[in-house]
Amino acid sequence: MDATSTSLDRRRRAGAPAEAEDSPPAAGRPDLDLDVVAAPSGHRLWAALRTPLGATAAGLLGLVLLTALLAPLLWTGPAEAIDTSNILAGPSAQHWIGTDALGRDLFSRVLVATRLSVLLALAATGIAVGVGLILGSAPVLLGPTAGQAVAWLIGVAVAFPGLLLALFFAVIFGASQTGAVCAIGLAGAPSFARLCHTMIAGVMGRDFVAAARVGGIGRGRVLIRHVLPNIAEPLVVQATMGAGSVLLSFAGLSFLGLGVKAPAYDWGRLMNEGLSGIFIHPLAALGPGLAVVLAGLAFNLTGETAARSLGLAAQGGFVSLARPQRPARSAGPAPAAVPSTDEPARTVLTVEGLEVAFPGPAGPLRPVRGVSFSLAAGQALGLVGESGSGKSLTALAVAQLIEPPGQVEAKRLRFAGTDLGALGPRAQRHLLGTSLAMVFQDPMTSLNPTMRVGSQLAEVSRQHYGLRRRAAWRRAVERLAAVRIDQSERRARQYPHEFSGGMRQRAMIGMGVMGTPRLIIADEPTTALDVTVQQQVLDLLRSIRRQDQVALWLISHDVSVVAEVCDRVMVMYAGRIVEELPIERLRHDARHPYTRLLVAAVPDMTTDLTAPLPTIPGRPVEVGQTPPGCAFAPRCPLAGALCRSSDPELEPDGADGRVACWRAGAALPGSEPAEAMP
Amino acid sequence: MSRLEFDHVTVRFGAGRAALTAVDQVSLTVPSGQIVGLVGESGSGKSTLARAAVGLVKLQSGRVLLDGRPVPTSGRRPLQMVFQDPNSSLDPRMTVGESIREIIPPSLPAAQRWGEVRRLLDLVHLDPARARAYPSQLSGGQRQRVALARALAGRPEVVIADEITSSLDVSIQGTVLNLVRELQAELGLSILFISHNLAVVRYVAASVAVMYQGRIVESGPTATVLTRPDHPYTRRLVAAIPAGPRSGPAAAAAGDAPPAPASPTTPIRPPDPSAHSPRSLP
Ligand SMILES: Nc1ncnc2c1ncn2[C@@H]1O[C@H](COP(=O)(O)OP(=O)(O)O)[C@@H](O)[C@H]1O
Ligand code: SF4
Ligand SMILES: [Mg+2]
Repeated sequence: MDATSTSLDRRRRAGAPAEAEDSPPAAGRPDLDLDVVAAPSGHRLWAALRTPLGATAAGLLGLVLLTALLAPLLWTGPAEAIDTSNILAGPSAQHWIGTDALGRDLFSRVLVATRLSVLLALAATGIAVGVGLILGSAPVLLGPTAGQAVAWLIGVAVAFPGLLLALFFAVIFGASQTGAVCAIGLAGAPSFARLCHTMIAGVMGRDFVAAARVGGIGRGRVLIRHVLPNIAEPLVVQATMGAGSVLLSFAGLSFLGLGVKAPAYDWGRLMNEGLSGIFIHPLAALGPGLAVVLAGLAFNLTGETAARSLGLAAQGGFVSLARPQRPARSAGPAPAAVPSTDEPARTVLTVEGLEVAFPGPAGPLRPVRGVSFSLAAGQALGLVGESGSGKSLTALAVAQLIEPPGQVEAKRLRFAGTDLGALGPRAQRHLLGTSLAMVFQDPMTSLNPTMRVGSQLAEVSRQHYGLRRRAAWRRAVERLAAVRIDQSERRARQYPHEFSGGMRQRAMIGMGVMGTPRLIIADEPTTALDVTVQQQVLDLLRSIRRQDQVALWLISHDVSVVAEVCDRVMVMYAGRIVEELPIERLRHDARHPYTRLLVAAVPDMTTDLTAPLPTIPGRPVEVGQTPPGCAFAPRCPLAGALCRSSDPELEPDGADGRVACWRAGAALPGSEPAEAMP
Repeated sequence: MSRLEFDHVTVRFGAGRAALTAVDQVSLTVPSGQIVGLVGESGSGKSTLARAAVGLVKLQSGRVLLDGRPVPTSGRRPLQMVFQDPNSSLDPRMTVGESIREIIPPSLPAAQRWGEVRRLLDLVHLDPARARAYPSQLSGGQRQRVALARALAGRPEVVIADEITSSLDVSIQGTVLNLVRELQAELGLSILFISHNLAVVRYVAASVAVMYQGRIVESGPTATVLTRPDHPYTRRLVAAIPAGPRSGPAAAAAGDAPPAPASPTTPIRPPDPSAHSPRSLP
């Protein structure tokens, strides 16, 4: 694995999906903490149930429930009709799986037994969930000390094998139907308690709970109003899965004679009765057995499908929050038709007509729509725009890191003098691995938490430059020093979590410059950092760029960060570059209304304190809802009829920039013309 | 309105060797009807101080006083807090109207509560019809305004705003900052405004306190602190302000200038804020 994919795979492993939106600055992505509190998930559930597996499972479950409801009404007659002339008969047209010792039709009995079997399983599951919920929420209600004790008890109880626990309780409660329900219910409680405990702790740690507490809402009400609704969905899913196994356990207990007693009968008791004649009439035992398996599967599969759609992995009743994600490389861009010849020698990156598309419910979504630019050695280019405008996707597309089903297309995509589309996957990986460095917003998720920082850096040299272990380690230490990490020898031996945020980010940059990169792509590298630390990282990027003539592409939502480091800046809106210009023109001589509003909206140390800050009305367009004309038209104070009908191209602005606006440079209402045009 | 006072507040996490003093003997006053800014790097204890004030973390020692009396911890809460990340501070399963309504003090008759919700939404410039929307249907800036409305629903006299614009895009940060100033002027609220962005603090707060490693190291009128910083950390902070997009050529010139602040001897090098800070107690 090369440097870029290494870091990116790790980022994905940590759960960050590559999606059409930039992460909101600074804050962690909420949907990563706990999927259970993600926004309404009904449509995901619905989509899952429409897959072949989901539909089969749900259909099967429906059938089981329908049988439970109707069978006792329809077939109680034949199921109870004693026919002494026909005892222990084999299968026949009249009795599909034969008769029992009193000549009763076994097939009808299996059908009729569905109701009792399912009801008992549901009752036991109900007990398991109920007790689990009470135990799991005890820590919230009891406060920390008693809560710890309960959590410890749960941990101990979970360690016992469930069946053993069930048998233990069955003996305590005595061999009866009710006893068996309680036994199996209580045996299942610990794992649900643990599940609830984990999920509740996750929700309790969130700010909306803190806000409710600060607002004077008591613990009990917080639990009922905020916590339970947020864990209900995954809990129901887990309970459905649990019901499947409970069904099996119950059949087991009845089979052992510890559960349902005659004259009542469930599948387990039917199996028990059939067992005596298993060598003569195997179907008498296998029939109810098959029913148990089918019904168990129905519950299990339905739960599992639902769980998968909610992003929970089912593991013995626990929720694992990490979604397995296979790292995959993108489908390459369309190969360039003509090899380029008109490219200046110092150009490191040429991008023409870059598009990124994802399949959407109503046709493909195009979060990046025709981006073109180039970048020369030693140049620092900024890319600014609101979150969701497509900045990160553009960077990932250039680095060939868009995952399927994402599609990248480009008229031309040349890096370091080579057509990326014309290279084979291996050659492409080698070129990008040695010549391109990427730095992401959150270095913690880009570094492998289980490996020493030095080893991670050394790995890059060994992979791409074939350095021996020792040489690679020496280079790693030297690079850490180069990114100004003090005591780099000692620090190299530490793990990422022992580094501060700024140091991790510097280590990431160090990893990027293990080789001799031609281009550094830094996507929100300082957004998660403090001002003072931010400054160090920016200084570092600046000096690397200057010393080694590396091209730097700095992506940020923060105009002032870009303004500080870059010599040119591109402004992105709704997947397109709307303006590109030298940084010194950004303040007074930007031509696009969006750029000008964006710049004016940022308070700086000279902002007039007596006036309100200028703001941009409205909100950014959603991907897929781009209006036909200029995407900014709904928010633009200058928009006219032409703007709404046709999209302006990015064209030279008459000076040394490019702008995509029909009324580029026209005065904005409410601002002095001098500010707009010099 | 009310005066919020931190009186030698200390907050400690953990015990024994692993104990960490997150807030160390902090005394700070937010005068009635004023906005006080609190700046400092992350991990310096700003959020912990805020959480201590509203009772989300326990004080090791010291007091938090409202008009000289302890902050009530039951019934009506005269002290409210707005959190950094509006995605996390609103319950995704509740409409924003319900989230706000929940905080309205029980003294208000049930019949008037929805009217109050609408009034509050209007106060933060949201369409009152939005009361029925779920947080996922709002933009980040709109969610943060809902969070503000919810804080105001408790009829607070003092509001603590912890990095409320940090997770917002610059294009919407302005609307929220304007709103903060407007609410303060209209309702006469006292606000403790926590941020790591000096330009933002300068815009909203007349006075500012600088927190460093759990202590307040400097405080005073914002203009004075920013132009004549006293403490070395404040000086670094002020020196570290990105030049800003509207400072124009000055910033750009740095691109061709010799690598002035980039050498390893750069003074911009705060102590390593990792877990092994000198604050770890023996
Ligand atoms: N619950 C906690 N347990 C242990 N340490 C904590 C806890 N909450 C915060 N801290 C630590 O307290 C210090 C101050 O954190 P915080 O108040 O979040 O600072 P800021 O608001 O300035 O970012 C940090 O070192 C942080 O790691
Ligand atoms: S093209 Fe029209 S709508 Fe678009 S930015 Fe220019 S003036 Fe505004
Ligand atoms: Mg904080």
